[in-house]
This record gives sequence, C-alpha cells and structure tokens, in this order.
Amino acid sequence: MRTIRFLLVKEFKQIFRNKAMLLIIFVLPLIQLLILSNAASYEVKNSKFAIVDLDHSSYSRALIQKFEASSQFDFMGLFSSEKIAKEQMQQGKIDVVLYIPVHFERSFQKEKKGSLLTTINAINGSAAAVENMYVNAILKDFNKTIQVDFMGAEASLQPKQLHIDTLFWFNPELNYKTFMVPGILVLLVTMVALFLAGMNIVREKELGTLEQINVTPIKKHQFIIGKLLPFWIIGMFELAVGLVIARLIFDVPMVGNFGLLFLFASVYLLVILGIGMFISNFTDTQQQAMFLSWFFAVIFILMSGLFTPIESMPAWAQVLTEANPVKYFVEVVRMVMLKGASLLDIMPQLIKLSIYALLINTLAVWSYKKVN
Amino acid sequence: METKNAILVKNLSKRFGDFTAVNAITFEVKKGEIFGFLGANGAGKTTAMKMLIGISKPSEGTATVAGFDVKTQSEAVKKSIGYMSQRFTLYDDLTIKENIAFFGGIYGLSNEKIKEKTALLIDELGLHDKASNLVRSLPLGWKQKVAFSVALLHEPKIVFLDEPTGGVDPITRRQFWEMIYREANKGTTIFVTTHYMDEAEYCDRVSIMVEGKIEALDSPKKLKKQFKVDSMNEVFLKLARNIE
Ligand SMILES: Nc1ncnc2c1ncn2[C@@H]1O[C@H](COP(=O)(O)OP(=O)(O)OP(=O)(O)O)[C@@H](O)[C@H]1O
Ligand SMILES: [Mg+2]
Repeated sequence: MRTIRFLLVKEFKQIFRNKAMLLIIFVLPLIQLLILSNAASYEVKNSKFAIVDLDHSSYSRALIQKFEASSQFDFMGLFSSEKIAKEQMQQGKIDVVLYIPVHFERSFQKEKKGSLLTTINAINGSAAAVENMYVNAILKDFNKTIQVDFMGAEASLQPKQLHIDTLFWFNPELNYKTFMVPGILVLLVTMVALFLAGMNIVREKELGTLEQINVTPIKKHQFIIGKLLPFWIIGMFELAVGLVIARLIFDVPMVGNFGLLFLFASVYLLVILGIGMFISNFTDTQQQAMFLSWFFAVIFILMSGLFTPIESMPAWAQVLTEANPVKYFVEVVRMVMLKGASLLDIMPQLIKLSIYALLINTLAVWSYKKVN
Repeated sequence: METKNAILVKNLSKRFGDFTAVNAITFEVKKGEIFGFLGANGAGKTTAMKMLIGISKPSEGTATVAGFDVKTQSEAVKKSIGYMSQRFTLYDDLTIKENIAFFGGIYGLSNEKIKEKTALLIDELGLHDKASNLVRSLPLGWKQKVAFSVALLHEPKIVFLDEPTGGVDPITRRQFWEMIYREANKGTTIFVTTHYMDEAEYCDRVSIMVEGKIEALDSPKKLKKQFKVDSMNEVFLKLARNIE
C-alpha cells in the first residue's frame, strides 16, 4: 500500500508539473466535447422536398399542407409528373419526393388503406435514413388526423404519444444533443485513459527510468496499480466534469442514477487502462504505443454504435462489437442517462465488462516483465 | 551460508538471436572489493551487468549475487544491490528531495529513515540551496553524484555502476571516485564500468572484456606487469590489438 502511495504521489506531481499534459487532460477533452456535441448530429436540416400529386383530392391537399408546414423540409413545390421530379433529383435540386398516386383518396375511403411512395436521394445514406424518418413521422401524423375524421371523438381521446415512432422514444423532442453528448463523453474518457496510461509507461521505458524501477524489489502489481490508478482517478474526474457540462450547457436530461453511471465507469476504466497497459508492454517507443492505441481507438469508436447503429452492421461486425468495451459504455450511458435504467437493466453489460476487466488486467500483469 | 564472494559468475552468456553479446564469462568479485569491469564500446559490459542485477535473463550459465541466484531469486538479489544505469535515470521533473523520497519509498524505507537520509545526502553533497530544484536544472556532474547517492539509499551490499563518470569533467570525476572509496570503506562491494583508464588504476581488480569475452582479469599492477607496460591504457590497447 505504501509503495503504491509513493508511486501515486510521484505520478500526480509529474502530471501537474507538465503544462502540456494538463492541457491534454483537462482542456482539450472539454473543447472536444463542446465542438463535437454541436457538430456531430444526426439532425438533417433544410432537406429539399417536393410532391408529385396525381390525385388532386382533398386528402392529397391535406397531406401537402402537412409537409408544407413541416420545419424539417424546405418545400420546393408541386411537380406535375414523375419525370420532372426525377430530373430535378438528378440535378440535385431536390432530396426527397413524395408521390401521391391517382385514386389515393378513393382507395383510402373504400378499402381503408392507401399507398404512397417516397423517393429519397440516398447518396448520403445516413441523411436519407433520417429524412425517411421525418417523412414517416409526418405521414403517421396525417394518418391520425384522418382517423380522427373517420371515427370522431372516441379516437381523439387516445394519448398522442402512443403514435410516436419508436425511434423517438426517450428523446421526445428529437434533440440530437441529448443522444450524442453522453456518447461523446464516453469517447473522451476513453481516449484520455487509453492514451495517457499507455504512453506514460512507454515514456519511462524510453527515459530508462522504468529500468531503474525494475531493479528495485517493487512487486509487479504494485507498479501496475501505481501506474493505472492516477489515470483511473483522472478518468472518473473527467466524466464528472463532462456530466456537469452536459447538464448545464447541453441540457441533457439525467433521468437515471449518477451512482450507477460511476459504478459502471469505474469498471469500464479498468478495461481501458488494462488495454493501455497491455499495449505499452509490447511497445518500446511512444510512437509505437501511439500508433497501436490509435488503431484500437478508431476501431472501438467507429464500432461503438455511437456514429453507426450496430444493428445496421454486417453480422460478422456485430459479433466483433461484442469485444468492444466502448460499445457497452455507450449503451449504458444512454440507458442510464436517458431512460433511467436500473442496476438490473445494466447488469448484462456490467457482468461482461467485469469479466473483460479481469481478463485484460491479468494479461497486462502477466505480460509486464521485470526481467527481459 | 557465508562466502567471501559478493558475486560469482560461471559461464554466463547472453545471446540476442544468433549474436552473442556476452560469451561464457567466468569471474568472481570479493566482498568489499572495487571491481573494474572494462571493455570497449559494445564489448558487452552493460548486457552482462543487466544479467547480474536481475533485469535480463541469462541465455546460459549461472551467476550468484549477494548469495542469491540471479535466475531464480532475482527479487532477493534486487533487495541487496544498488544500480546506477549508464543512462541518467532519476526523474528530471522531480526535485532532488522528491527523487530521494520516491526511491526511498519504493525500497521500503520508513518515513523517518527517508528524512534522515535526505538530510544526510544533501549535507554530504553540499546541495542545500538546490535540494528543492528540479533535477533537470542540475549540471551533469551533480546529477551523477545524486544518482549514486540514491542508488545507495537502501544501504545495499553491492552497487553496480555503469559508466558513472561518462561525460563528466576531471574534477567531478575525482570527487566521484572519492565517494566510491568512502562507500567501499564501509564494506560495500563496488562493481563499476568505465572507459577512463586512469579510473581503472583506482580499482582493486579489473577485468577487460573484448567482444563478449573476458580476456584479462587481475589487479592493475599485475596486469601491467603481465603485459610489460606502464599504464592500464597500454594494457587495454595491447589487448584490443591482439584481438584484431
Ligand atoms: N536488446 C538487444 N538486442 C540486440 N542486441 C543488443 C541488445 N542489447 C545490446 N545488444 C548488443 O550487444 C552488444 C553489447 O552491448 P552492451 O550495451 O552490453 O555493450 P557495452 O559494453 O555496455 O558498450 P558501451 O561501452 O557502449 O556501453 C552490442 O553490440 C549491442 O548492440
Ligand atoms: Mg554499456
């Protein structure tokens, strides 16, 4: 215990004396949080929207009105034929076209169903997905209005939110910051822990001070705890600061329990620090460590479900994400912050991550060699 | 089991791939001796020393340091030895005092002991006005003296010094050797490498290593007699030429 305390004191002195390090640890992540949270949004604004109305009925006019009133779309006008709409899309003048076929109103009234067709320019796939979601939301809304027309007062008693698309659950205002900020927070904590811990050890290798420590009777576990604990503390601190910012600046709701979040983060950081340590054991220079850390960081981040939904990845990639600790934390952060998940809800992730932490740190201790 | 030997080395080898850096060296160092471990650049001195201090696994052979086998009891070896690396390995961004406290703490010295040692060390080196400066700001000669003192903090039976005076001016070198003598007089065994042949003359016995092998081993006096020359420098040159 005493040995570890000496290591901690030394580590914190060195960190707090290094101005560049302070900047990297405390200022850069916060700037990143502010920038990324404002920039990384799934929100698609000002999509150019057009309608081809072949029905010219009161229903179709009501529908057109709904789209005209929507704030997500810039209504570019009514086209008289599919051909013109296609040309316009080809030239990039419109992004989304809704086709209202002939007899739309009639079939709706007779058969109680109607079909519509939307064409979306999907060169930017994720924007297209979002636009599709917007269109569906408006159509649902339209559907409801028509049902009310049909069935009168009885139906209008039904609570509105029952009709809201599942994608909007827990984020009723479709606020993307609410969705992104917790995830980005995870990334920052991850980067700080992964890079700093690994680089710190390799730096001592480069300086030769690690050799000096290896000729002392220090125990492996003492050394490793002494090296990882400072960054564990910094990681937790950074999470706390990030959460405060998320709450105060971005107004992200905090439905769940903070304690739960920190409990999970404490295990999560063990995993990330273990990986950093593991990398440092197999590299001799900070450059090598940096490169390897980047390699893992990029894979972990892109496959975390933060920017691309995991469900839309190919099956083999989905299997791979099982080994991605970032994925679990992104899931849990959202579950806890936005849905108010309980300990029981996050138990599967917590158990997996605990096993992960145990494994990776065992590997790290095992691969740390006092003797070469 | 008490023996006269602080270090006992038998057929010790280290290979990196098919390159043999240390080739079956055999020697012993007596307790309290100042043993000079000489050799040209790349002769294998540092490699051999790392095996003796338990941070490098021998490819072959055995070595006993302070009565412990370096292969199987390396952690026990580490408790009995001090080591000053060829590279400067105190923390640049800590003060002299903080370095002393850190290494003292790692070796398990009590807080009182650390305090006592710090005061003593600063006194001996006359560093009163510099004790709270970052090590980075010290001239090399001072750094080396501090590093030597730190290697002695836990009062080891044997100290390994790898080119402790490399790049240091003659006056500081002389002062450094005075420190070495003082320590040796307390009964500490000194195992030291150097490229300065005048320093070799200060040793009780020296070995000269050429391309991984020990080619000569005796007191400076006897070696000079054996090679019929007046200085260790000439002994060294003669040996090196013979090999070429
Ligand atoms: N880890 C290693 N892998 C491969 N070769 C090595 C390794 N360490 C040392 N060597 C080689 O072993 C030889 C002996 O190196 P060593 O550092 O022991 O020499 P030295 O006698 O200490 O030299 P110097 O006086 O320059 O310090 C050199 O040729 C060196 O390149
Ligand atoms: Mg050397």
